[in-house]
Amino acid sequence: MSLDLGDALQTFFAESRSLLQEMEEGLLRLETAPDDAEAVNAVFRAAHTIKGSSGLFGLDDIVAFTHKAESVLDRVRNGELALNEGLIGLFLGCRDHIERLLDITADGTEMDADTRHQGEALAAQLGQCMGPAALPAETEAPLQSLGGGRMAGDTWHISLRFGRDVLKNGMDPLSFIRYLGTLGEIAHLTTLDDALPAAAAMDPECCYLGFEIRLRSEADKARIEGVFEFVRDDCQLHILPPGSRVADYIELIEMLPENNSRLGEILVACGAVTQRELDESLALQACENAREEAPQPLGEILVGRQIVQPELVDAALTKQKEVRLRQTQEARFIRVHADKLDELINLVGELVIAGAGATLLAQRQGNGAMQEASALVSRLVEEIRGGALRLRMVPIGETFSRFQRVVRDVSKELGKDIELVVTGAETELDKSVVEKIGDPLTHLVRNSMDHGIESAEVRASRGKPAKGKLRLNAYHDSGSIVIEVGDDGGGLNRDRILGKAIERGIVGANQSLSDREIYNLIFEAGFSTADQVSNLSGRGVGMDVVRRNIEALRGTVELDSTPGEGTTVRIRLPLTLAIIDGFLVGVGDSAYVVPLEMVLECVELSDVDRQALALRAYVNLRGEVLPFVRLRDHFEVDGHGTRRENIVVVHYAGHKAGLVVDQLMGEFQTVIKPLGKMFSKVKGISGSTILGTGDVALILDVPSLVQQAAAREAGLNREAGQSGPADRATASVQ
Amino acid sequence: MGALVERGNRQMVVEKEDEEQNQYLTFQLGGEMFAIGILNIKEIIEYGSLTEVPMMPEFIRGVINLRGSVVPVVDLSARFGRKRTEITRRTCIVIIEVETNDERHDVGVVVDSVSEVLEIAAGEIEPPPSFGTRIRADFIHGMGKVNGKFVIILSVNNVLSLDDLAMLEHATVADVPLLMESAGA
Repeated sequence: MSLDLGDALQTFFAESRSLLQEMEEGLLRLETAPDDAEAVNAVFRAAHTIKGSSGLFGLDDIVAFTHKAESVLDRVRNGELALNEGLIGLFLGCRDHIERLLDITADGTEMDADTRHQGEALAAQLGQCMGPAALPAETEAPLQSLGGGRMAGDTWHISLRFGRDVLKNGMDPLSFIRYLGTLGEIAHLTTLDDALPAAAAMDPECCYLGFEIRLRSEADKARIEGVFEFVRDDCQLHILPPGSRVADYIELIEMLPENNSRLGEILVACGAVTQRELDESLALQACENAREEAPQPLGEILVGRQIVQPELVDAALTKQKEVRLRQTQEARFIRVHADKLDELINLVGELVIAGAGATLLAQRQGNGAMQEASALVSRLVEEIRGGALRLRMVPIGETFSRFQRVVRDVSKELGKDIELVVTGAETELDKSVVEKIGDPLTHLVRNSMDHGIESAEVRASRGKPAKGKLRLNAYHDSGSIVIEVGDDGGGLNRDRILGKAIERGIVGANQSLSDREIYNLIFEAGFSTADQVSNLSGRGVGMDVVRRNIEALRGTVELDSTPGEGTTVRIRLPLTLAIIDGFLVGVGDSAYVVPLEMVLECVELSDVDRQALALRAYVNLRGEVLPFVRLRDHFEVDGHGTRRENIVVVHYAGHKAGLVVDQLMGEFQTVIKPLGKMFSKVKGISGSTILGTGDVALILDVPSLVQQAAAREAGLNREAGQSGPADRATASVQ
Repeated sequence: MGALVERGNRQMVVEKEDEEQNQYLTFQLGGEMFAIGILNIKEIIEYGSLTEVPMMPEFIRGVINLRGSVVPVVDLSARFGRKRTEITRRTCIVIIEVETNDERHDVGVVVDSVSEVLEIAAGEIEPPPSFGTRIRADFIHGMGKVNGKFVIILSVNNVLSLDDLAMLEHATVADVPLLMESAGA
């Protein structure tokens, strides 16, 4: 195309993808509620818009294919075709094919034979749904009775006068006509350059052209009009249906700006009217005009145009409604580049620090009014920060809803009846995490359906409902987000997993493991590499990959299983950029932040326990054994501790542990800043934040910190060849 | 003042962009003079308010807050396998832009003191010797001749390769705990 459409094309791809998403959601909704007219409309709208936009870009493959799907959809919308499962499946297939076509265009590659073949197959199926019915035939009937010389043929007549500003508005007249060509065959086209002024007076940025088009097509008027939707306000458009009376053509001639006789000639040339008919009609008209002694005013001519089809009015009304709907939707969402958001959040972070500095200064000067003012500023800044951070948070529901399709397809594939139950869809997490969690989740969902949920016969024999249930759930817990994938299947086979693990040398034969530990063995690398694993009743293929992916996000994954009742996989992820309330503690010269949600209480480390540090790292907390990690030791901070040390009691994922610190510095709201690649392998620290003083404080990753301390101790004990009391204490943490 | 020098020179560089990079910032480190190509340098700041990151190898001193972004600071001397730089009044942090896998990161480098910006023509730069500098050969871009003396021109992307640094630190984290715990127990 002649225009540079790089940016516009990118927008087109992004929009089309979200439209495809809408289409899919609509179709899935229709599967459960086939009468949902709104869903049908949504699907149709999506297909229609994709077609329209691709036409603008001259993407003929997409236009041609989408057009076929749209035609069938239109029949569904008009109630001519009943939706059934097969048809929905077909539309889903079409949706996927359009997506593939989009991908191909986006990559700039050529369509491969496979895709082409698939497209043809789908088109053939769509063709069968179209049937022989021809819409125009029905609409012609009332016209015929109006009398007048009826024109033969199935050709539409379209008079098109583009407005002067069409080019300036970024529209290419040619692409509309090209797109019109996809509706049928353009039998004849005359370009009118009558409006073109002398070269000197001509503005090359204006469009002076008009077209008279004969279109041979089975499309209805609304659809032909739809072609020009984007320039509707910018052009004069007159469409005469096949078989219009000569009088209609005469009226048309009168309404158009060009010289009447010239237009007449063109119409004759187009084959719209014959010369004789034209002459007769013109003569008649002139005669009438003379009798009335005044030319018919334009308004009357318009009123006289009773030939507007009733369905056209309906179409116009629905279109208006659609436009309004789309506008409200557009008003609710703005596409923003993620970098801009990051920039904003960084700036707001700076503002917080600068504000804290100003507050500090005001306090030092003891100026009351100044303190008040700076307090107000700080409060507002806090609010802005909260708002800015929320911009990056998206509900996980969008990700979950994608699985409706996965569950549908996979359950069909497996021949199992499985229902997906989604809860906690409104739980928010950072966009960057959402993007990366899709793959591991898909894997887990497929796995649950494949190996977790039994076949209907087995389920019946076990007294369970035939319909399997897959649950996706999300909630916030202790400063992280937890995503659960659960099924009501048969659960894991403990003994076989253990047997396999021993066989593969993952665990020793005489090691005693809890059920939970055994179940979690399936996440071990090397446990599930060979095909023998599929003999195992449980799952297994690629679970280590799932764990690796989740650990790359600094998350953890664990699994609960009850034989006969089902399995739940729990993924725990940090909210990387979330607003987190932290508890600030000091160790040596440094400050560390513990996520406040994890903090239960703070107690003093008694002298007795301090003196016993070399012997044991646990205390008696009201009759409970509380193992602890002394951060000073753990982080190898030089020098001796302060006179008093405190234990911060933390809990996470059902465990309790203590962190021994030098100082307690209170609550503090923090913006998490990632520590960057250089620190990507550091365990025990999940990020950093900037304090009011401008110093950097590190955020503790409590679970991995404790895990690390425990692993270290276990390593020591193994060296010593014995297990001490401390070992048992830590084991309870694990 | 360093920032001024740097900004002034950057402009000059922009003016004659098509020429080969031949301007270098020289600095002192443990009594030796080193140089870094000026195009890699973002700014020079005073040493201060650094937060240590525990369980990191010796040559990672910690992180600083550079106008809202957290930037790691590397002790060059320790990176070369020497002892850590002692902090004096003249100690500076040079913020350098490093490119790894097409991503740009800022890394701070601790130096004893910043000297000046020098022009060293390409013809005045010798290839690094195969040994004798006591610094890993791939760290050295070349030996510049300035007033009859040699200046070691560093290859920034190798010295501060993030992949490299992250790997080293990983190894250290695995080793350190045992040492430490035995001291504690």
